[in-house]
Amino acid sequence: MAGEDELKLLGTWASPWVSRVKLALHLKGLSYEYVEQDLDNKSDLLLTSNPVHKKVPVLIHNGKPICESVVILEYIDEAYGTTGPSLLPTDPYERAIARFWVDYIDQKLVIPWKVAFTADGEEEKTEGIKQMLAVVQTLEGALKECSKGKPFFGGDSVGYVDIALGGLLAFLQGTEELCGTKPFDIANTPLLLAWVERFTALDAAKVALPDVTKLVEFAKTKRAQMALSIKK
Amino acid sequence: MAGGDDLKLLGAWPSPFVTRVKLALALKGLSYEDVEEDLYKKSELLLKSNPVHKKIPVLIHNGAPVCESMIIVQYIDEVFAGTGPSLLPADPYERAVARFWVPYVDDKLVAPWRQWLRGKTEEEKSEGKKQAFAAVEVLEGALRECSKGGGFFGGDSVGLVDVALGGVLSWMKVTEVLSGDKIFDAAKTPLLAAWVERFSGLDAAMAALPDVGRLLEFAKAREAAAAAGSLSDSRD
Repeated sequence: MAGEDELKLLGTWASPWVSRVKLALHLKGLSYEYVEQDLDNKSDLLLTSNPVHKKVPVLIHNGKPICESVVILEYIDEAYGTTGPSLLPTDPYERAIARFWVDYIDQKLVIPWKVAFTADGEEEKTEGIKQMLAVVQTLEGALKECSKGKPFFGGDSVGYVDIALGGLLAFLQGTEELCGTKPFDIANTPLLLAWVERFTALDAAKVALPDVTKLVEFAKTKRAQMALSIKK
Repeated sequence: MAGGDDLKLLGAWPSPFVTRVKLALALKGLSYEDVEEDLYKKSELLLKSNPVHKKIPVLIHNGAPVCESMIIVQYIDEVFAGTGPSLLPADPYERAVARFWVPYVDDKLVAPWRQWLRGKTEEEKSEGKKQAFAAVEVLEGALRECSKGGGFFGGDSVGLVDVALGGVLSWMKVTEVLSGDKIFDAAKTPLLAAWVERFSGLDAAMAALPDVGRLLEFAKAREAAAAAGSLSDSRD
């Protein structure tokens, strides 16, 4: 790493999108300054660094901001191409496959999860759970294809898809308590279950992912607050 | 183009997402087989090539399918790196900026625009329109920053964001006709208005963009059918 290289990450401890970036930085062996943000009282730095979305994560590299978790992941991989392992495959077709699955995770997993988490009625919740489990089943197939018998979506080592899904792990581990269903089980998603064990054992995961118990409490509190504010 | 490269594009001529891929192929000077899909009767090949989403576009390169329009565009740029212009700059930061604006176009302009055009209630349509116009203003600023005096989001030459936005141009023109509103107004967003002219005049655009008149007829027929209730849901 060049001297004078300055990395600053604006984030919130609970955000899975921020966790993704932390994972990538750790996997690459990069030092950075982490700055916890208060999203109810956004800092000037956040607002000037991400004027379009005003969201976290934002990675500031030598004063220049990069926004959106997947954009940041690709940036880290390219800006630090010779540092640490590669996060994306080198082959263009495999890169396209990896990008496809990351896009799938972002487009298809999060929304039903949120529905299952916040739904008022049983019917809505059941539908959210059903859709979430269908997506998880597809991801089981994706893991089988991408890993080709190896430990990760990225093969022998952690890759882009692993990080994209891994960032969500604390939420996935809290899903039974928060949504009323286990996302993974030995009958339907044995590969993903094994992947979860493997991923959470990584040093990067231990540093980057929030404590599940703390996260579950926080999510429940937020949900209650939202429900109250809607009733008003 | 490398010898032995077989490119097949599964698409539908009205789709702006398919148009994006056609733009990229045209910019790179690549030949391909253009396969028109019937979205009400999807082919075995489409279902097999995109089992997850069952959507177009799908680019099949030497038998291997690539899905999702902007993933396909990046794939084309990477695989055919030595052919034609690069759609992404070499600098990682500039690449990150381009990659930032692409989903912005999709999430903040295209999605609300669709709601404006095809929303079920007047309220939905009006909200979609409002959001689409807000996004156009933001994109004017993005163009100013990204172009650095050149004519495109990619700077001096066409880049990823130009392709992402360029793909929807015929539809934007159709919407202007149907609604009577100017989306890229030279008075409000001069850089974008000029960009529209410049982009539409490119050889690649003339080859790839669907004819506005034909698209207008298609849009009107679809609206009429939807109003008559003869389409059970939209097909993408």
